Amino acid sequence: MSGTLRIRVDPDKCQGHAQCKSLAPELFELDELGNAHEIGDGTVPAGLEDKARLAQANCPEIAIPINEE
Amino acid sequence: MSSPAPVTDWVHDFDHTDPTWTENPYPIWDELRVKCPVAHTNRFLGLYLPTTYEAVKEICSDTEHFSSRRVIVRNVRLEPPPPAPPASSDPPEHKHAKQILLPPFMPDAVKKLEPHLRALCNELIDGFINEKGCDAAARYTKYIPTRAVTNMLGVPEKDGDLFIKWIHELLEGGLHDDARVMQAIREMVAYFTDQIEARKKHPTDDLIATLINARGEDGQPLTDAHVQGTLRLLLIAGIDTTWSAIGSSLWHLAKTPADRARLVAEPQLLPTAIEEFLRAFSPATSGREVMKETTVSGCPMKPGNMVLLSFPAANRDPAVFPDADKVIIDRKENRHVAFGVGIHRCVGVHLARMEILVAIEEWLKRIPDFRLDPSSEIRWSGGNVRGPRQLPLLLGKG
Ligand code: SF4
Repeated sequence: MSGTLRIRVDPDKCQGHAQCKSLAPELFELDELGNAHEIGDGTVPAGLEDKARLAQANCPEIAIPINEE
Repeated sequence: MSSPAPVTDWVHDFDHTDPTWTENPYPIWDELRVKCPVAHTNRFLGLYLPTTYEAVKEICSDTEHFSSRRVIVRNVRLEPPPPAPPASSDPPEHKHAKQILLPPFMPDAVKKLEPHLRALCNELIDGFINEKGCDAAARYTKYIPTRAVTNMLGVPEKDGDLFIKWIHELLEGGLHDDARVMQAIREMVAYFTDQIEARKKHPTDDLIATLINARGEDGQPLTDAHVQGTLRLLLIAGIDTTWSAIGSSLWHLAKTPADRARLVAEPQLLPTAIEEFLRAFSPATSGREVMKETTVSGCPMKPGNMVLLSFPAANRDPAVFPDADKVIIDRKENRHVAFGVGIHRCVGVHLARMEILVAIEEWLKRIPDFRLDPSSEIRWSGGNVRGPRQLPLLLGKG
């Protein structure tokens, strides 16, 4: 029913709370100042969709848009 | 110093240091959120209180109308306000001041402290586990963040007692009393001046050294005022807050056997539960100063007033958190703002989370059964930081 999910961290909004990385370490990395970015091109591997949504729902800055392709 | 008059009208005359608020602020916020999302009081030389998540978030992201140069709401406004960068910095200076502090507080850096804190928790527990009960605030929760801060700063552990005294003077005793604040600041400046001098003779690799060696954007060493202000900030922001968060979590578990049993059986749920404790009992409230006239949630705000930026009230907003007044330890969606939001989010968040987790995890391993001691009173701190300062517990099965 659903297509592939793609996540992105909006660098203008991210303030480095790192909730995304702790909830979905497979999908997010932090840089040396603690700001997050998506791993690879942000395509969410099958089986990790819930983790992606969980990370999105816990980012206090609402910095993680998810696209469904 | 005289005590402020008791509050009779929370909508027009609130006071966050009133004993009713200190004891149980939640019904007050619920009333205000419905009646007036941004309340105002003439106390504290004029102060607004946003109680909705939306209003708090809006103010946090608006550095044009709201300045961080004052972050503690007091009856006296020192001119100029003593700096505490980066918490008290506005853009554009803020960014660089914060970047200096970020690396030592990254998750991997704070992990190095973890074994040490676990050992400390167990030592503290050894001290009272064979007794019938204990004051968990005085004998447990208070030492954990204090030790984390003394270790990071590279100062003797016993100096933690001094730190606690200064924090009390600044955040509670001094809210209505300028002389007490100035005295505490003088003592802190003298203390850190000695520490800085010692490091000039014998270099170290602690956080004080990091600040001494840091360079400003102009490539020059940071000014003394900057270094001193940041050191004061690290004490003030690092101890009381985490002490409160650990204490409130234990308080909840002491009176909620089902949650306690579940966390003992499913310790992997602890990180999620701790986020919920942080939401439900957020310890820290920050301040802003209104610099230009503006409107938030339909409420006009005038320069010269302060804002009491209540993250705790925002985290209880039912528009954002279903069953906001309930503690749900497996709450999945939790965009709480206990650590602030926007450019001033707490630099110590990873350290604080680690401390709270270690403190609760070690406690539950050793003391799975405990409850509130009905023969003794719980005392909450008032003002910008709220948490149990006296937490009498009975240990073992009832
Ligand atoms: S949770 Fe949000 S703000 Fe925090 S690091 Fe991830 S994207 Fe950035």
